Amino acid sequence: MKSAHKKAVFGKVIIYAILILIAVVMIIPFLWMLSASIKSDREVFQMNPFVWIPANPKWDNYLKIWTKIPFGRFVGNTVYLTLIVTFLQLLTSSFAAYSFAKLNFRHKNGLFLAYIATIAMPWQVYMVPQFIMMRRMGLNDKLLAMICLQAFSAFGVFMMKQFYEGIPDDLCEAARIDGMSEYRIYASIMLPLSKPALSTLTIFTFVATWNDYLGPLIYLKSQEKKTIQLGLKMFISQYSSDYGLIMAGSVLSLIPVLVVFLVLQKYFVEGVASTGLKG
Amino acid sequence: MRKLSRQTKRDLVAYSFIAPNFIGFCVFTLIPIIFAFALAFMKWDGSNPIQWAGLSNFTRLWKDTFFIAAFKNTIIYCVGTVPLTMIASLALAIVLNQKVIGRGVFRTLSFFPYVASLVAITAVWKMLFHPSKGPVNNILLNVFNVPQDQLPQWFTGGLVLFSMILFSVWKYMGYYMVIYLAGLQGISSELYEAASLDGANTWQKFRYVTWPQLSSTTFFVVVMLTINCFKVYDIAIMLAGGGSGELTTSATVLVYYIYQKAFIDWDLGYSSSVAMVLFLMVLFVTIIQFRGQAKREKA
Repeated sequence: MKSAHKKAVFGKVIIYAILILIAVVMIIPFLWMLSASIKSDREVFQMNPFVWIPANPKWDNYLKIWTKIPFGRFVGNTVYLTLIVTFLQLLTSSFAAYSFAKLNFRHKNGLFLAYIATIAMPWQVYMVPQFIMMRRMGLNDKLLAMICLQAFSAFGVFMMKQFYEGIPDDLCEAARIDGMSEYRIYASIMLPLSKPALSTLTIFTFVATWNDYLGPLIYLKSQEKKTIQLGLKMFISQYSSDYGLIMAGSVLSLIPVLVVFLVLQKYFVEGVASTGLKG
Repeated sequence: MRKLSRQTKRDLVAYSFIAPNFIGFCVFTLIPIIFAFALAFMKWDGSNPIQWAGLSNFTRLWKDTFFIAAFKNTIIYCVGTVPLTMIASLALAIVLNQKVIGRGVFRTLSFFPYVASLVAITAVWKMLFHPSKGPVNNILLNVFNVPQDQLPQWFTGGLVLFSMILFSVWKYMGYYMVIYLAGLQGISSELYEAASLDGANTWQKFRYVTWPQLSSTTFFVVVMLTINCFKVYDIAIMLAGGGSGELTTSATVLVYYIYQKAFIDWDLGYSSSVAMVLFLMVLFVTIIQFRGQAKREKA
């Protein structure tokens, strides 16, 4: 009995040791980023002794980044893009998914097949013809191009449909007998029930749009159209040794995504589990 | 206007739900995809008239050393990243599925790298692994006594793919952990109780309960990982790209070559033929997935 207890304690110790190791590996780059963002360029790589918080923290790195490059403009563009894309994605995906999951109509399978057939198609395969087409439509170097590109994904429809199929049909039937229109059923029954799926899709879309690099790199050429990622990359290539400023900009660029993730994460595991993302 | 039949009315309501997404999807996804297939057999610089090229774009591929390097690097990156990420995320999920204090905090922390932007976080990695000044090489030099001239150059030459793999594992393990967590939570606790009664130890429980029960999750994770590895671009650009973002043969990947051929050389047809190679790779993995799923559903 005693040895079993000892064994259990030993097991716990190992688990906590692993956990702490993982936490350190996961978090050190972020702590380093925070630390370097308030250091001077000389202090950044100082090892003996290494300090996390320098004697004279250079808080003004966080002010300088706004004037050295048009950081405010980049933030504005990114916020604008991300909010519109996430909103459109949630709205149109859940709308279409409701139809595919809960309604019967002609050509349903054919239409859904179009989504299924392209869900595995990497964007990188058709990004070039897409750009040529957008350029013809006069959308080159326009934020609108980025919205068109990211707002209508097969993935969103597919994910929401999987989730709706888990909701009993009886709920909709009962509402139909009560005389509710399909739009009412969608808005007042389905949407409130789909918080986990909507949260999951929000995290995916928000993170993907906010952090996108290749899309904006292809489309957004002029300085005043650039997003944070492009702006930050541009800054890094121009001032590669201004480590303090680079890190301050990096910290700022991470905050919104982390906030969205922290707010919605309690639904996340549930969302992934219930939408069949686990296969 | 004549009265619509009930069925037509029903269809119209259904279509009205689908239309906003479907129209956008058709214009911005379906049409470009069709265009991409056609373009692979054309010669075009984007402004002059399009010329038919037949299979010449594809025959060019096999003699193009830069393409072969890109293809090879993508495969090596994939072969390194997929198993390592799978093992790391499974281990993480198993540990975080135990009843431990601060479980929520640890789960959140391990997800941070996934949501963090590549530009920001690769900037940190380039500092941590800086060849002459970074703390990693500093530790190698001072603690492990690696001679100065033998310190690893993490972002050039032969090591660059290794750095990319290491970085990817770190960045994406949290994401696949969530998928594994969902899988673990679907395993009935009765199975573990039965295994305990039979006297199974921790390893045996993993080997004979957890692992087989997770087989469909593992299958999904491996497929997703493989496809995502084929699409790698940003990581290579951020970690190994020069000032203006160009890659040498030691770090070039397929998507970079698609980008370069199209937007720098304006050789659109050839670029599309590289894209077709990427497509075929993904298609191949997807077919394996469908087959595997069908087999599983039969069983």
